[in-house]
Amino acid sequence: MQGLGPVDHSPAEPAFHQPWQGVARALLMTVAGAAKVSGGEFRHAIERMEPGHYLTSDYYEHWLTAAATIAVEHGLVTRAELEGRAGGGFPLSGPVLAPPVADAGPNVDQPRFGVGDRVRVRQWHSPGHTRCPRYVRGKAGTVVRVDGIYSVPDVEAHGTARRAEPTYSVRFDAAELWGDEQRAACVHVDLWDSYLE
Amino acid sequence: MSQHGHHPAPPSPIEQRVAALAALLTERGLLPDGLIDDVTRRYESEIGPMNGAKVVARAWVDPAYRERLLADGTAAIAELGFGGPEGHHLVVVENTDAVHNVIVCTLCSCYPWPVLGLPPAWYKDPPYRARMVREPRALLAEMGCPLPDDVEIRVWDSSAEVRYLVLPRRPGGTDGMTEADLAALVTRDAMIGVARP
Repeated sequence: MQGLGPVDHSPAEPAFHQPWQGVARALLMTVAGAAKVSGGEFRHAIERMEPGHYLTSDYYEHWLTAAATIAVEHGLVTRAELEGRAGGGFPLSGPVLAPPVADAGPNVDQPRFGVGDRVRVRQWHSPGHTRCPRYVRGKAGTVVRVDGIYSVPDVEAHGTARRAEPTYSVRFDAAELWGDEQRAACVHVDLWDSYLE
Repeated sequence: MSQHGHHPAPPSPIEQRVAALAALLTERGLLPDGLIDDVTRRYESEIGPMNGAKVVARAWVDPAYRERLLADGTAAIAELGFGGPEGHHLVVVENTDAVHNVIVCTLCSCYPWPVLGLPPAWYKDPPYRARMVREPRALLAEMGCPLPDDVEIRVWDSSAEVRYLVLPRRPGGTDGMTEADLAALVTRDAMIGVARP
């Protein structure tokens, strides 16, 4: 998180800078629909990109790489076909490192926490997909909003099992989060029930 | 590379990869005719910050609408005909004299597509994603939005299913303006929270 440079801000920009970027969007929709992938599985396909490739490619190349990876993993096309047609290498995302979730456990129907409750984010390391940002793990915050019950990304990214849980918007004081002197700033993070203790 | 425009530049590696996946999906009967043009056209001309600007302008002129918008963003935004992917759970956060809101997605690039369109490149790049939660006041100042020390900054990290839209303060001296004229004052950046109109 440290040492990052300035934001290369633009006041306005087109949705697609190059025609291929719009095509990548349509291909992603097509593959996601044909392979019936969950949002978690799609996001995890991007997260599995080789780090050097991820950092040196744009959003739409991330989408293309995820679409092609999912298309190969679900048997819609083969890697050899892609490379043959592209006339060269076709970098795909790396393997899934977490085992498939066999038993997702029961759904959680009732929120455990209410607005104003003090909660702490569990401290753990996930080998697979999660939507719990690292920077809040182990940190304490306050629930400011109880949202709906949604499929847990950590489960849906790794197989066909599903578990649904309530989600919360949790407010963290910036100075407490980072251990510095920032004043009058807070960060809200939206978290699934099982991320909290 | 041609200097005369008679021969188009040869496709780049990324264009070759996009074409390869598109050709294979077309042959498999998975990519519908017209989808690419349809997707490109929609994101270029129908889905963008002009939609969010209409929502903001309506809230500025119609107090009852503003109340509905803050109570249930998804439903109030649907009243104006906007919804769809990345817009199923919209929460609108209101700027006041004492509070300034700003949105970010630290894990990927989540963004309220129906009201803001596809996100700009800088929103998706690591410096913005890391620094807006780490040092929001400093980054806002650097981006041309300095805030008095007593204005509380609320950062919203779109880490689960909710997508956020900032309702900026109505600028002074706009009392006689029509809703359409007001909408023209509302920028993408003001609805992300990195500028004030």
